[in-house]
Amino acid sequence: MAELSSQPLQRTPLYELHRSLGAKLVPFAGYEMPVQYPQGILAEHLHTRSKAGLFDVSHMGQVKLSGAAVAEALETLCPGDIRGLGAMRQRYTLFTNEAGGILDDLMVTNAGDHLFVVVNAACKAADIAHLEARIGARAKIEVLGGRALLALQGPAAAAVMARLAPETPAMTFMTAASASLAGIPCFLTRSGYTGEDGFEISVPADRAEALARRLLAEPEVAPIGLGARDSLRLEAGLCLYGHDIDTTTTVIEADLAWAFGKRRRVEGGFPGAAVLQRQLAEGAPRKRVGILPEGRAPAREHTEIVAGGRRIGEVTSGGFGPSVNGPIAMGYVETAFAAPGTAVELVVRGTPRPAKIVKLPFVAPRYHRGA
Amino acid sequence: MAETRYTKDHEWIRREGDSATVGITDYAQNQLGDVVYVELPAIGKKVEQGGEAAVVESVKAASEVYAPVSGEVTAVNDELSGEPGKVNAEAEGAGWFFKLKLSDPQQLDALMDEAAYKSFIAGLS
Repeated sequence: MAELSSQPLQRTPLYELHRSLGAKLVPFAGYEMPVQYPQGILAEHLHTRSKAGLFDVSHMGQVKLSGAAVAEALETLCPGDIRGLGAMRQRYTLFTNEAGGILDDLMVTNAGDHLFVVVNAACKAADIAHLEARIGARAKIEVLGGRALLALQGPAAAAVMARLAPETPAMTFMTAASASLAGIPCFLTRSGYTGEDGFEISVPADRAEALARRLLAEPEVAPIGLGARDSLRLEAGLCLYGHDIDTTTTVIEADLAWAFGKRRRVEGGFPGAAVLQRQLAEGAPRKRVGILPEGRAPAREHTEIVAGGRRIGEVTSGGFGPSVNGPIAMGYVETAFAAPGTAVELVVRGTPRPAKIVKLPFVAPRYHRGA
Repeated sequence: MAETRYTKDHEWIRREGDSATVGITDYAQNQLGDVVYVELPAIGKKVEQGGEAAVVESVKAASEVYAPVSGEVTAVNDELSGEPGKVNAEAEGAGWFFKLKLSDPQQLDALMDEAAYKSFIAGLS
């Protein structure tokens, strides 16, 4: 999504904390956000994989949806099984268009008397308008502007959280709980965007800095910027909206069929359902895949993918994977070339360089799925 | 005593007789962040002043390195392929990129000296 340079940048409740920690701040989705701290992206990435990283993701949209038939209403906009989502359970889903393309990806939590939804920062205005227009008559839509969102990610995240809230170790991946952290009422989900175990913490904006400082006081915790967030999610094979998925990529092409609920595959009833049902049955013309360049040169977004002398696709996210210790990428290729092991070439600075299609993710996830 | 000159694109060049060593400045490496890959020119390649001579990639992005003056590449720093982080650690020393045989040594006179470069970057922030 293009930056709206004419509008002044917004700041999250942690802006002053970022500055005091020496963050390099950059414009991102209309916000002034920390891309890195003095440690640097490589060290921040590796710290998150070995200990615990604290991320400010307050730029993302937090929305409360309520009403007697709110799950049914939301299902008219996405392919996910929302009605079947148990209390305090969370699910990844997508807003689709009539072509089966993706308007945004989002996390939905059944918070008991309402649905708690987290959407991308760059899409949040459009998402709210979409919700208002399509289900505004059946659901109450409240933007939780007074809340910040923190993420604590990494193998030490659970131990850190247990010190602040003893009930949190019992949570498993993609579940939610209300908990008091250092005396601050928070809404937690055990999820994230790094491939690691961890939590996302919705906290009142005026208490966010106190909570962040409390978490940073734990010996395992370091502040992590958006730069490492991007390399962590790429290694984890997770899509970045506006890059790996957008209105022109269908849910099936994006290899996100797992987010197309079993019941929904039969019933449909959301924008683009017929397209996705057909692609599920007959296959899609292209597919999102992992790509491993053979040399050391990273292949960036929009790098052309060729095979047999012709273009078969394009890189949508590419860079250096610090835990892989080499270049990694994902992108779309014609389905005939999507099998892991397929040899392709990446045209970097005019030179075709060997690469191969690989299974995603690049780094095995360590989600806490419980016993 | 070899004198170091600087460009507005944040390359440094240090003359030794009719040759010179080229790299990126400490300011540049700090702006780029962790360097993960360096693509160096072929030995024997002729470069024009201001032309693209090498590529340096950080975790975030790729950036071009331009030839501060015209010349022919006589050596490249092969150690950077195994240890690109040297560019961060010693940008203006062991993290050098390539050496040039100068076509026109007088081109160096128009480049900034250390004091001028320092005031140039002080004005960037």
